[in-house]
Parts: sequence; C-alpha cells; structure tokens
Amino acid sequence: MLTRAEHRAARSGGVAALLAIGLALAVPIAVMVAYGADAGLGAGLGPGQGDYLWRITRFTLLQAGLSTLLSVALAVPLARALARRPAFFGRRGLINLFALPLGLPPLVAALGLIEIWGRNGVANKGLALFGIETPFSIYGLTGILLAHVFFNLPLATRLILPTLERLPPEYWKTAANLGLKGWTLFRLIEWPAMRKSVAGAAGLVFMLCATSFTLVLVLGGGPAATTLEVAIYQALRFDFAPGRAVLLSTIQVALTLTIMAALKLIAAPADPGDTKGGGSARPDAQGGFQVLSDAVLIGLSGLFVAGPMAAVIGAGLVADLPRLLTDPLFWRATATSLGIGLVSATLATALSSLLIRARHSAGEPADTAALGLLSASSGAAGSLTLLAPPVVLGAGWFLMLGGGAGQLFAPLAAIIVINALMALPFVMRVLEPAHRTAMARNSRLALSLGVTGFNRIRQVDLPAMALPLTTGFVFALALSLGDLGAIALFGSDRIMTLPWLLYQKLGSYRTDDAAGLALLLGGTTMALILLADRLGRRDGNDRA
Amino acid sequence: MSNKPAIAFENAAYGIGNLSAEFSFARAPGSVTAILGPSGAGKSTLLNLAAGFLTPARGEIRIHGEIVNHLPPAQRGISMVFQDNNLFPHLDIRTNIGLGLDPALRLDASGWATVDSALERVDLEGFGPRLPSTLSGGERQRVALARAFARRRPLLLLDEPFDGLGPGLAADMLALMLEIRADVAATVLMVTHDPDEARAAADEILFIASGRIAADTPAPGFFERRDLPALDAYLGRSSDPDHVPTE
Repeated sequence: MLTRAEHRAARSGGVAALLAIGLALAVPIAVMVAYGADAGLGAGLGPGQGDYLWRITRFTLLQAGLSTLLSVALAVPLARALARRPAFFGRRGLINLFALPLGLPPLVAALGLIEIWGRNGVANKGLALFGIETPFSIYGLTGILLAHVFFNLPLATRLILPTLERLPPEYWKTAANLGLKGWTLFRLIEWPAMRKSVAGAAGLVFMLCATSFTLVLVLGGGPAATTLEVAIYQALRFDFAPGRAVLLSTIQVALTLTIMAALKLIAAPADPGDTKGGGSARPDAQGGFQVLSDAVLIGLSGLFVAGPMAAVIGAGLVADLPRLLTDPLFWRATATSLGIGLVSATLATALSSLLIRARHSAGEPADTAALGLLSASSGAAGSLTLLAPPVVLGAGWFLMLGGGAGQLFAPLAAIIVINALMALPFVMRVLEPAHRTAMARNSRLALSLGVTGFNRIRQVDLPAMALPLTTGFVFALALSLGDLGAIALFGSDRIMTLPWLLYQKLGSYRTDDAAGLALLLGGTTMALILLADRLGRRDGNDRA
Repeated sequence: MSNKPAIAFENAAYGIGNLSAEFSFARAPGSVTAILGPSGAGKSTLLNLAAGFLTPARGEIRIHGEIVNHLPPAQRGISMVFQDNNLFPHLDIRTNIGLGLDPALRLDASGWATVDSALERVDLEGFGPRLPSTLSGGERQRVALARAFARRRPLLLLDEPFDGLGPGLAADMLALMLEIRADVAATVLMVTHDPDEARAAADEILFIASGRIAADTPAPGFFERRDLPALDAYLGRSSDPDHVPTE
C-alpha cells in the first residue's frame, strides 16, 4: 500500500533497473551475434570440428546428468534419515555445515577435494594401508562428479529435508499407530511429500552442473573431460577463436534455455535454509539396525562434506602464512577482490531492491497489462541472468573490449557487472519475502500516520529491511570474492583477484602458497556465508 | 482377561522438573473415560504414553495385564483419532482406511469389502475414491472413525477429536463414536476440554493438573465437586466453597 508518488517512484525505479540489466545482458549478446554473423557461424571450425562440438556438448550433458543423479539419489535417503532422527547430537551443526559449500569458492573446494581424494590424498593413503595400491585419479570425470556431489548433495538435502519436516506430527503418529514402515512408508507418505522438492532440486542441480566452470577447469583433464563453459574460455583465452566461442556460447545458451523451460514445468524448489534444525518427533522410527544404518549414512555424509573443508584449513595452517602475508601481490589481490566485491554486492542489492519494490507496486495480480509486464519482467530478471552464465556473458564483453588487454577500467567494470548479475537471483530470493512481510506489517500504519515518500523509506522501510538487506549484501559479496569465471577471462598482471592469484599459484605448482591462499579466501567467504545464514535465520524467526 | 484392566498406568512417569508427569490409574474393559484439565497439564502426554509415541522413564503401562512399555505403537491394539490431520491428504478415502487394515495395503476382496462397509457405517457410502480435501471437516472426522471401526482394536484413544466442529455436529459425532465403541466393544480414553462432551459421553473422569491425576472418579456429579481448587480454576468459578453461584 503506497501513495501515488511512491508508486510512481517504485515503478520508474523498476524500469530503470530493468533497463540497466537489459543493457548489461543485451550489449554483450548483440556483440556476439554480430561477431558470429561477421565470421559466419562455423567459420571458427576447422575440418572435423563438428565432432569436437558434439563431444563437448555430450560430455557437458553427461557429467551434469550423472552429477544430478548421484547428488539426488544420495540426498533422498539422507533427508529421510535426518527427518527420522530429529534429536540426535550434532544434528543442528550438520545442517549448518551443509550451508557452507554454497559459499565456498569452487577453486578452494577443488583444492580441499584434491587433499582428500587426490593421488597423495587421505583416501588413497588410507587404501594403501590396506594394501590396495590402485590410487584412483581425481582428474577427469571421477573428480568432476566427486566435486559436484560435494557441492550439491548438501544443497539438495537442504531443499528436500524441510518438506519432510513440515508434515504435521499427526502423520507420523498415525503411521506409527497403523504400523507403516520401510518401503510402504516411503511410497505412501514420504515420497508424495518430497516429490516436488526432489524434482526441483534435481532441476537446479542439473542447471548448476551444466554451467559449472571452475571445477571442470581445475579437475577436468584434457579434451576428453571438457564442458562448454571451459571450451569457451579456452577458445577465447588460448586460441583466440571468437567464431568458435560464439558457437559454443550459442549452444550453451540454447541448453540452459531448454533446461529452464523444463524447470518451469516442474515446481520451483523452496528456499534452502528453511529447516530450523529440528523436526517433529518420530514415533514411527524404528530402533536397532535402522538407527545404526541411519547413523552410518549421516556420519559418512558429514565426513564427505566436512573432510575437504578441514583439509583446506589443515593444509593452510601448515603453509608459510607469514611469507604470504608480507607479499605485496597478495595485498594487491585482496584490495582488488574486496573492491570488486563491495561494488558488485552494492550493485546487486540496489538492483534487487528496485526490482522488488516495482513488483510490489505493480501489485499481485497486476492492475493493468503494462504493470503485469513490469511485474513479470522484474521477477524474471533475476533468473534471466542464470540463462547466460558468467563465462558466456564474459565472452561477449571480452569480444567487445577486444580482449581487454592493456585496459584497466573497462575489464574491471565488466567483472563487476557480471558478478552483480550472477548474485541477483540469490539476493532477490532473500529480499522478496522479507519485503512482502514488512509491507504487510507497516503499510497501513505508515499511511495512517502520513509518513510517506522519502521519510517513509528512511524511517520505516529501510530499518525494517536492514537485516535482509545485510544478508543479501553479504551473500553477494561472498559470491563475488570467490568467483573465478569472469576474472579468468579478464585476469592479467594488472587485474589480479584472490581466486585468480590462487589459480596461478596452482598452475605454477606453488602448492604451499596455494594452500595458504585457499585458507584465507575460503575462510573469509565461509565466515560471510555463515553470517548471512545466521542473519537470515534470525530474520526468519522474527517473522515467525 | 476379563478381570484384568483394559489399560493401567502404574507410576508411569515422563519428563523431568517442572514438565514432569506421573500417572497411576486403571480402566475396566468397555469403559469410556474423559480426560480433562488445563492446557499444558499433561493430557496429551498421558495419551501419547498410552499410544506408545512416548516411552515412560519409570513405572509401567499395562494393556490387558501385559507390560507394553517398549511395545511399538502398532502392536498395542490401539486406534487413534486426532483433532486434525487424521488422513493423508494425497491418498483417497479408501486407501486411508485400507492402511488401517494392512500397513502395506495388501488387501484382498474381503478386506476392501470391510473398508466399504466401514464407510457405510458412518454414512459416507461412495466417498471412497475421493480425496480428503474434498470433504468437510466433520466428514473427515467420520472417515477417521470409520477407520477405527474397520480396525476393531480393543482400545480407542481420542485427542480432542470433535474440537472445532460446532456444538451440533460435535454432539452427532460423539453419538456416532459411542455407537462404534459399542460395536467394537472398545475401551475409550478421550481427551477433551468441553465439560458438556464429558458429561454426555463418559462414565468416568480423569482430571489432570500439573502432570498429576488430581481426580479419578465416576463422571456423574464430578463437575459439582467443590473440593478441588484446580477444577474451580479450570471451570473459571470462585473457589470459595460457601459461595453459591447466582446463575
């Protein structure tokens, strides 16, 4: 409920934000299309390169499909086990732990995974103790799957678990009273409750894996294990084959478009982090063997997720941190990363706020067709950015800037814009429900007291939104700090961020420096994500 | 068996400190007991202990003389009716009742015939293929009673089952419950907060206050007692025994 002037301001703000986002998306895409038309699609391809494209597309789909299958197939029994045991020691800690991978820079996670699963990692050493001298390789498909499950098993579990915990306690009492258990309980009660969230989680995980860049770049090996994203990067950065990059980007966008259209058919997943760490009592849960198997499943999953993070901390602490901290290059990278992160987080938060305000002003259902369009496009703007992954967007900017070599401000601006767009859907998901609640609570009172316009924003709306705004900002900052996608295209001696520095140390086998950097970078982003999670939960409790 | 109580609590205790509860009572087969008391006094704890959703820390719970402290809920010979959510919303009415006969839903023709006749018993013939959301609140509670009828278990536990149905409907439901109880020859424990419901249906009363049984008496005359301060407070009348109500 807003005054006429407030409506006008909200709507023009929304239109401005949409124009800005549209420009940031359209310009690089237009440049790419022009480039493609210029070069003639396929001109970037030598003889036999059709095979190359087909192989890369197939591998992209294959690894995404397998990653999704593994993540969800493990998340379903894990969510069941966690829902069945609402009160065991450390449950809350485990669920908080599962929020961390979301904020862990993929590069840092890859390092941790190598510490555990690599040739000299804990797992292979452990196997060697038992005389099994066949260390499996983390490079290639195995490693990519391992890394994707590391990131997405916790995510899928956090999406699925709340749908079980939200069932009324009487269901479990009735199940216990009637003696429903095992397969019957799953088929008749648990699966119907989880089905939607499982489908939503599977869609989201597939989308994330199909556009995954960093993990494939680090863990994928050679042309046999390359995805579209990595191939775009290689085409631009190493071969300077813009025609091929355009072609690959076209395939990537067509692919994500198809996936998103399919995702629209199944319901969108609920927000992760909905679980408060405790469900209702489960009198239907059995004791004995089932307690043991649940404990093993939960324990192993916890170890699987905690292991690489602990390895990052362990390796980082024994690294030569003092030397790293006195290296001017480190401080320059830190300053650049922070600068980019703060600006892009501010941008993402501001754009989200404008879009949400406009959506609120347009009303639900919208009063006119024009307002309906404004509302729908504001809502879609968030997910539209998922359509063009950072590397594809970056490719457009890269071509527009002619590679960006020797320039400073233009590539920096490109990185900031790409990072902000990347964070947009996440920030909007934090802000929108909070804004709706705040409006429902304060609108009438503000109107009746005559607190309107700028006064209202300053006195009523901003204080009410302070917590969610901080949460969204912190989240966007963490995402930007950990991003390797945009910087991989524009990184140079002049533009050096922490992930880029880390990647270079890895490339030159400075593993000691890499371990120290990984600890500092991963520690920072994980602390930020924990903070955002904590703030978000406090806000949720306020509203409850 | 006939001389043993249908259900008995012997110092059955649950919880610690201010939230602790400890109950001792016994009920003869075929009796109908209303469990009354202020909210938070432990009525639901008592019912959850009887049903097996909670395990007592000390003491014993006996059903037909047998100690059932660690017996799973499904093996205690109990049917339950809650206030809400008695039916799984995504399963049709027949399936919801059928699950009460076999938890894996392996029913032969005579099993399904039992389901249909139970629906008939509560005047919901032909409602079998419908989903719970298409039924009114009262109809859903009747389905829950039909399931209890089809199961024919010797104990029937009800947790404020007719709350929120409106006085007329609640009275009809109460009558139906009593008929079904008579058909099945079940012993009934019913948590309620409505003194009228207790007067109309119960032979006996358990009055709970602060986790203990404050009164265990026949129903007639119970509400006129003036020696229980907790009852006075519960009914909202002055605890002065010399005070004569003016209404």
